[in-house]
Amino acid sequence: MTGAGFFEEEPVGGYDRGTLGRLLAYLRPYRRQVLAAVGLLLVSSAAELTGPQLYRVAIDRYIAPRAGSPDVWGLSGVAAVYLMVLAVGFAARWTQNVLVQAAGQRAMADLRTQLYSHLQRLPVAFFHRNPTGRLVTRVTHDVDSLNELLTSGLVAVFGDVVTLAGVVAAMLWLDWRLALGVLSVLPLVYGVTERFRVRALQVYRAVRWRLARLAAYLSEQMAGMAVVQLHGAQERARARFREQNEDLLEAHLASVSNMAQFFPAVQVLGTLAVALLLWVGGGRAVQGWVTLGVLVAMVQYAERLFDPVRELAEKFNLLQQAMASSERIFRLLDEPVTLQDPPAPVALERVRGEVEFRDVWFAYDPGEASRDGIGWALRGVSFRLEPGERVAVVGPTGAGKSSLVQLLCRFYDPQRGSVLLDGVDVRAVRQADLRRHVGVVLQDVILFSGTVLDNIRLWDPEIPLERVREAAARAGADPFIEALPQGYLTEVGERGVRLSSGQRQLIALARALLHDPAVLVVLDEATSSVDAETERQVLEALCGSLRGRTVLVVAHRLATVREVDRILVLHRGRVVEEGTHRELMAQDGVYAKLYRLQAGQGRWVQAGRGGRR
Amino acid sequence: MGSRRLWELVWRHRKAYACGYAAALGAIAAAQTSPWVLRAAVDRIQGGQAGVEALAAGLVALAVVEAAFSYAMRWQILKASFRIEAELRDALFGHLQRLDASFFQRWRTGDLLSRAVSDVRAVQRFAGVGLMRSAHTAVMVASSVAFMLLTSPRLTAVTLAILPAATVLFVVLGRRVRRRFQTVQERLSDLAALSQENFGGIRVVKAFNREAAEVRRFRGVAEALADAQVRLARVQGALWPSVGLVLGSAAVALLWEGGRLVATGQLTLGQLVQFSYYLARLSFPMIAAGWVLNLWEQGRASMARLEEVFRAKPQVQNPPAPVVLPAVRGEVQFRGVWFAYNGRPVLRGVDLQVPAGATVALVGPTGAGKTTLVSLIPRLFDPTRGCVLLDGVDVRRLKLRDLRGAVGFVPQEPFLFTDTLYANVALGVQDQGRVWEAFRVSRLSKDLDQLPGGCEAVVGERGLTLSGGQRQRAALARVLARDVRVVILDDALSSVDAQTEAEILHELRHALHGRTVLLITHRLGALESVDWIVVLDSGQVVEQGTHRNLLRAGGLYAELYERQRLQQELEVDGP
Repeated sequence: MTGAGFFEEEPVGGYDRGTLGRLLAYLRPYRRQVLAAVGLLLVSSAAELTGPQLYRVAIDRYIAPRAGSPDVWGLSGVAAVYLMVLAVGFAARWTQNVLVQAAGQRAMADLRTQLYSHLQRLPVAFFHRNPTGRLVTRVTHDVDSLNELLTSGLVAVFGDVVTLAGVVAAMLWLDWRLALGVLSVLPLVYGVTERFRVRALQVYRAVRWRLARLAAYLSEQMAGMAVVQLHGAQERARARFREQNEDLLEAHLASVSNMAQFFPAVQVLGTLAVALLLWVGGGRAVQGWVTLGVLVAMVQYAERLFDPVRELAEKFNLLQQAMASSERIFRLLDEPVTLQDPPAPVALERVRGEVEFRDVWFAYDPGEASRDGIGWALRGVSFRLEPGERVAVVGPTGAGKSSLVQLLCRFYDPQRGSVLLDGVDVRAVRQADLRRHVGVVLQDVILFSGTVLDNIRLWDPEIPLERVREAAARAGADPFIEALPQGYLTEVGERGVRLSSGQRQLIALARALLHDPAVLVVLDEATSSVDAETERQVLEALCGSLRGRTVLVVAHRLATVREVDRILVLHRGRVVEEGTHRELMAQDGVYAKLYRLQAGQGRWVQAGRGGRR
Repeated sequence: MGSRRLWELVWRHRKAYACGYAAALGAIAAAQTSPWVLRAAVDRIQGGQAGVEALAAGLVALAVVEAAFSYAMRWQILKASFRIEAELRDALFGHLQRLDASFFQRWRTGDLLSRAVSDVRAVQRFAGVGLMRSAHTAVMVASSVAFMLLTSPRLTAVTLAILPAATVLFVVLGRRVRRRFQTVQERLSDLAALSQENFGGIRVVKAFNREAAEVRRFRGVAEALADAQVRLARVQGALWPSVGLVLGSAAVALLWEGGRLVATGQLTLGQLVQFSYYLARLSFPMIAAGWVLNLWEQGRASMARLEEVFRAKPQVQNPPAPVVLPAVRGEVQFRGVWFAYNGRPVLRGVDLQVPAGATVALVGPTGAGKTTLVSLIPRLFDPTRGCVLLDGVDVRRLKLRDLRGAVGFVPQEPFLFTDTLYANVALGVQDQGRVWEAFRVSRLSKDLDQLPGGCEAVVGERGLTLSGGQRQRAALARVLARDVRVVILDDALSSVDAQTEAEILHELRHALHGRTVLLITHRLGALESVDWIVVLDSGQVVEQGTHRNLLRAGGLYAELYERQRLQQELEVDGP
C-alpha cells in the first residue's frame, strides 16, 4: 500500500446516475460471452436446486418405505443422477466464471486504453496539477476495482437473485403452505441484514477515515522526528498518537460488535425457519399430508435461502466502494481537453524556421496573476528569430526562460499575445505538425526504461538503426553508446546501466536531432552537467549539423552562449537587453552582472560538489 | 510464531482469550446437540408420534444459546486482538521516537508507514480470526468426527474418504492460483511503470508526437494483463465449483450408502439426517484450514518485519552514567571533529571554540559542512572521530534530555506539524508568557490577523500553507519560546524578507542576550556586527576573524561577499 492511497478522499457522489449504464456500455462488444455466462448461470442454479429434489425422491421412494425388500438399484440410480447433476453444475459454474472474467478483463483493457489515450490528449498543465501517483492509481487500481464491480459484483448479484427466486419457487411448488411458513422468516432476515449493512457502511467509513488520519499523523511524525526530539516533545506527540490510535480501535470495535451480532442472528433465524417446518410440517407429516422426503427437501431449501440474502448484503457495500472508483475514472474521462487542435488547421509542410513572440503575456495560474503584473511568468515579451539564426535567451532564475519554450511547443497557451511560426499562430496549426517542426531538448532529461535505441527513436520501428546512429554521432553520443555492454541495445534506467547525467543529456540531444526539426530549442541545463570537454563537442555538433536551422538556446550558463548570433536577456518576464556578448558587456547591465557573477561561481560550484549529498 | 513480543501481548489478554475459548466450547456444545434433536424429531415423525413441537422449540432454544456463546466468543477474542493491534502500534511508535536521525535517513517513511499500518493489521488478523478459528475449527472437527463415528462408523469411513479431497484440491489449485496471481501482479506493475513514466515524461511524449505510439504500447501491456487475468480466472474460477463438487459427492455418498443402511433397517432416517448435519459441519473447516494457515503465515511474516524495526538501536543514546551540568554556561567546543556520511568525509578535523555568550557566524559555500557541524551539538549525529564539548564536557556524556534542553536548533527547512500555529510554536514549553514573547520577537504576531483563526489556525502539510518566511519564523519562535543557552540558527531566515529580517535581528539581540549563538547564513550583510566569523570549505575551517579583517584578507570570504553584492544588485535592478 502506498502512502498516497491512505489519503485518497471519497468522492461526494453526484455521479451515481448513469455511471452503471456507462460502465455496462463497455461490455457491449463482449455481449455474446456475457449472455452465454448468464445462460450458464441459470444452468448452475438449476443444478443446485435439483439436489434437494433428488433427496426427496430417494427418501420417499427408496429409503422411507419399510415394506418389502429395499430397492438398491433405484437408490443407485438416484445417486448416479445426482452425480451427473453435480458434474453439470460444476462445469457450468467453472465455464461461467471464466467467460465473465474474460469479458470483464477485455472490457477493462478497452477502458484502460481509452483512459490512457484521453490522458495523452490532456495538456501539460493537467499533469502539472495532478500528481503522477494519483493518475497511475486511476489507470491501475481503480480500473481493477471496476472489474470487481462487473464480475464478482453484478454477475454474482444476478446469480444470487436467480438462486433466491429459484429456491422460493421450488419451495412453493413442493408445498406452498410450508413454504409460506419458511418465507415468513424472510422479512426478519431482511431487517437484520439491512441493519447490519447500514451500520457496516458507517463503521467502514469511520475505520477508513480514522486510519487515514492515523497514517497521516504517523508519516508526519516520522518526517519530523528530529524536531520532536530536539524540543523534547516526545510525550506530547505520543499522547496525541494514542488518542488517534484509540479512536481507530473504537471504530474497529464497533465493526467487531456489528459482525459479532449479525452472523449469530442470521443463524438463529435460519434455525427458526427449520423449527417452523418441523412444527407445522411434522404434524402434517404424521397425518400423512406431506411426505418425509418433502420435509427433508424443504429443510435443505430453507438453508439455501439465507446464503444469497447474506451475500447480497455483504456485496452491496463492496459495490458502493467500486462505484466510488468508477466515479473517479469517469471524472477523469470527462476532463475537458482544453488545449485542442483548431477545427480547420493551417497545413505546415515546409517550414523556414521563423519564430516570433508578439506581446506575449503568460501566467501558469491566471486566476492568481491578474492583478498588477504580479504572478506573471512573461509580461509582454516580443522578439523575432530569423530562419537559420542562432539566438540565446539568458537571465537569472525565474526570469521566464523556460516559459518561452513551453509556449513555443504549445504545452501552454499564452493569456495575451501570440506565438508565431513562419508567421502562423501556433494555435492555428495541428499540435502534431507544430511539434514535428519544433524540436526540444528539455531541461530535465527524461529517459524511459528500455534500450538506448528505444530511448532515442522513442519506440518508432520505422526509424532504422543507421539513422539513429547518425543522430547519436552528431550529438557526440555515439562513442560512449558503443562502449556500453550491449551498445545501442543496452537497457537504461531501472534494470539497466546507470548513465551519468551528461550521457543522459547527450541521448536527449540525439533524440531531438534524429527528428531533424526546422527549429531546435535547447534548454541550458541540457548541457550544464556535461563536463567542459563534452560541452564543447556538443556545441560544435550543434553548430555544425544545424546549418540552416533556427536554434534557440535557453541558457543559464553564459559560457554556453558566446557562439550564438544574438543574445536576449530576460528579466522578470521581460526582454530587457539584446545584442552580442561584446555589446552586452559594454552596456554593463543585467547581462554584465550575471556574467561577472558566474565567472566567480566556478570555484564555489566545485567546492560544493565535494560536499555532502 | 517465533516472536516473544507477540505472545507476551496475547498473554496480557489471557483473560479475554480464556473467556472467548470458553464461549467457543459453549457454542460448539450447543451446535453439536441440535442434530440430536433433529434426529429425534425425524424419527418421531416417521414413527407417527406426536410431540414434535417441543423438539422444534428446543431447536430454537439451542440456536439462541449457540448465538449468545458465539457472539461472546467473537467479541472477547476479536476485541482483544484489536487491543493487541493498538498496543503493538503504540509500542512501535514509542520505539520510533527513540531512534535517531540516521535511522530515518536509512528507512523510507513509506516503508515504515506500511509496517505500522499493514503489518500490524496482519498481526491483528492472526491474533483475532487466526487464533479464534484455529481453536474453534479443531474442536468442531474433532467433535463432529466423534459423533459421526458414534452414529455409524461405516458411513463415517465412506464419507471421510471423500472430504479430504477438498483440502487437497484447495492446496493444489491454491498453489497454481498463487503462481498465476503473481504473473498478474507483475503485469499490473508493468502497467503502472509504463504509465508512471509516460505521465512523468509527458512533455517528451508530446514534444515528439509519440501519443499514438504510446497508446499502442500501452494497449499491448493492457492486453497482456488481461491475458494473465484470464489465465488466472481459468484456475481460480475452478476453485469454488470444484470444492462444491467434492462436498456434493460426499452428500451423494451419504445418500447412497446411508439410504441403503436405512432401507435395510440398520439405521434410522433420523440418524441419517443427524449424520448429514455433522458432515456439513466438516465442510467449512476443510476450506478454512488453508485460509487459517495463510493467516498464520502472514502474521508470522509481518511480525518478522515489525521485529526488524524493533531490533534497530539508536546510535545516539543516553550514556550509562550521565554527567549532570548544574547550570549550563553555553561554551561550545569542537575538538578534531571528523564526520563521514556514507563513507564520504564531510568534516575533516574541525577545531573550534565558541566562548559562552558569544555570537559566531559560520559561512562557506553549499556543501562545506556547516549544517553537519552544528547538527553535532544537539547530537542529531555523533562525530566519526573527535568530540564536541558543551561547557567542557563531551556531549555524549550528557543525558540527551538535558543536552537538548540546553540547545535550541532552528533548521534550514522548517518543519511544521499539522496542528495550530500556537501548538507548533509551543512544542517544547507550557509557559504561555514565553510563547507570546516568542511570537513577538519572531514578528509572527504581525501576521496573526491575516491568518483565519489567528494563532489557532491549523498549519502544516495538510493545513494552511504559510509562506516560506512565515514557516521559518515559526521555527525560530519555537526555539525562542524555550529557555536555551545555546541557539543555532541554520540559515534560519533565508526566506524572510530583508525588512522583517532586520527587525528580527534587532529583537534577537535583546532576546538572546548572554546566550551563545551559532549563526549560519548566506546573507553576509548581516554579519558586520557579529563577534567572530568562521569560514568553512570542504569540511575544514579555512579562515576566521571579524568581518572587517576577513574582507581585508581577500580570501574566500571576500569573494563570497562580492558575489552577494552583485546578486543583490540584480534583485534590485530590472525594470
